[in-house]
Amino acid sequence: MNSGEKRTLFEKIWDQHVIHSREGYPDVFYIDRHFIHEVTSPQAFDGLKKRGIQVAKPNKTIATADHNVPTKDQHLPIKEMLSRFQVETLTQNCKEFGIELFGLGHEKQGIVHVIGPELGLTLPGMTIVCGDSHTSTHGAFGTIAFGIGTSEVEQVLATQTILQYKPKTMRIEINGELKPGVLSKDIILYIISKISASGATGYFVEYAGTAIEGLSMEARMTICNMSIEMGARGGMIAPDEITFEYIKGREYAPKGEAWDEMMNYWKTLYSDQGAQYDKVLNFDANDIGPMITYGTNPGMGISIGETIPDQPGDASFKKSLDYMGLSSGERLLDKKVDYVFIGSCTNSRIEDLRLVADFVKGKSKAPDVNVWIVPGSKAVEAQAKREGLDKIFLEAGFELRQPGCSACLAMNEDKVPAGAYCVSTSNRNFEGRQGPGSRTFLASPLTAAAAAITGKVVDVSTLLKKEAHVI
Amino acid sequence: MSFEKFSDTAVLLPLENVDTDQIIPARFLKATTREGFGENLFCDWRFNKDGSPKPDFVLNQETYKGSILAVGKNFGCGSSREHAAWAIGDYGFKVVISSFFADIFKNNALNNNILPIVAEEQVMDRLFKELQNDPATEILVDLPNEQWSFGGKSYGFEINEYKKECLLKGYDNIDYLLSHKQAVESFEQKHILN
Repeated sequence: MNSGEKRTLFEKIWDQHVIHSREGYPDVFYIDRHFIHEVTSPQAFDGLKKRGIQVAKPNKTIATADHNVPTKDQHLPIKEMLSRFQVETLTQNCKEFGIELFGLGHEKQGIVHVIGPELGLTLPGMTIVCGDSHTSTHGAFGTIAFGIGTSEVEQVLATQTILQYKPKTMRIEINGELKPGVLSKDIILYIISKISASGATGYFVEYAGTAIEGLSMEARMTICNMSIEMGARGGMIAPDEITFEYIKGREYAPKGEAWDEMMNYWKTLYSDQGAQYDKVLNFDANDIGPMITYGTNPGMGISIGETIPDQPGDASFKKSLDYMGLSSGERLLDKKVDYVFIGSCTNSRIEDLRLVADFVKGKSKAPDVNVWIVPGSKAVEAQAKREGLDKIFLEAGFELRQPGCSACLAMNEDKVPAGAYCVSTSNRNFEGRQGPGSRTFLASPLTAAAAAITGKVVDVSTLLKKEAHVI
Repeated sequence: MSFEKFSDTAVLLPLENVDTDQIIPARFLKATTREGFGENLFCDWRFNKDGSPKPDFVLNQETYKGSILAVGKNFGCGSSREHAAWAIGDYGFKVVISSFFADIFKNNALNNNILPIVAEEQVMDRLFKELQNDPATEILVDLPNEQWSFGGKSYGFEINEYKKECLLKGYDNIDYLLSHKQAVESFEQKHILN
């Protein structure tokens, strides 16, 4: 490229990491940070063993156990045999190949996309991959981060590179002020509802605009996390002072001279004025209200007061509503809720827990609702306890569990029963995602907290007005 | 394993946005090997809770058979689990045809010798109708010439040169990447994030 060319943030980082490029072939693409977990790594390690090769750069891979771990009694051996075997296999593989593991019981254990940022392992300008589609979360730091399959996990372990095709670029700008009670989760659910669950397939998204710039790092992570739910390869936000402030002093973050050197580099990480994107979308923050999904893909979302739309003749849409036990024209407001799940790599960080605690302080949950709060990491759990949030939850009748992916994908015991409705702060409302037959309403942590207290779907913005609650 | 020109009948699943949680539910991801996932392909659509087959699901019917799967748009969205591609391959499908695929699934399929063919929506509508009228419709898949055909009409499909060679000649991704080892070493020496 010539030096005068205007490039997007994505292109700057991409170009910097291409080791070999050939017409008709995927790029040989360098990976700075590789996260692995128990579920999508065992077959990759098996592949290395069959080839008789080592992990190329063991210090660039970090492991944790999160997907299938229990969220109760983590000090005891895992009861479920297959899960235990998978976690043990990870431990064994990490030992054999010299990879650092934050396993069950470790103070740094947690959901892979929560611990990376909180430990300072996720840094602007990096390329980051993990055998998990929500790797896009790390894009909040101005990284190219995306989910990969197990064959690709093996590529990274074996070579620290991966074969990749350069995706198209999309810029999504959200300008204006958010209304009270509207969180970053509502922003991303709103965008997906507008462009559909496949609206960004083939693209890498950059989020920008004043509404994004005003968000905290944790709120930005929620947005980037769900990029995959509109089909995007990943999502990113240019790093700024909020980003640098978040990273500074974290355990694995650069310090002293190394910090200054990195800051000089990080300050070059923005899209040039006039850089071209393949697609640009604009939204007004003021149009966004608290959101909720009614169907079985994350694109099936509405503003919480709206009615469920109709798509006559669409068999997939009908199948989805049948599964949910809902009909077109129906309102979700006042719908009775059986479960509330506050957790997952989307919304399990300390700010999420603080928001929920602030809302529920002094209140009790509705009698027939089960409420699970699953912190994203041991560090989040410890912080919540230091701040006394655990007591607020206990008094409200909520169950504060131990860290893991939990009921987001229900690989462990945390399953929503068939037919039950769950307001969930996670990222997917697919059929059976939270347990066979479970029915999921995706929403923000505030909407989830309100559902826990009232036992039904409520518009948290009107509730806040009534209570003169200030967020 | 090479991918020659072949023809076969197809299984019709015209649903849209089929996510990888439907292809292989999360509770089956606890295996540490790649084999045997075909048994649980589309498990919750295919079987009742007691394990008995659901008669209305296509894989439980005699009507549609074959190693080609014809599906609605945005197939394979959601989780990056390669287990979805393993399940489809293990069940016996070699080709999946859709108007478009989720990115990660498409990559995973290609990495497991499954050919994803992207067709225009009108062509898919025609294919669905043809299969509904005549489940014995033969589909010809010709990877060397990047073409496929049914009902007397032929269509091109796109596949990049590298992936095509992988499928045809059984190239190995990791061997290819390892051949760049020297370039990786010199890259690391000047890489600011190293």
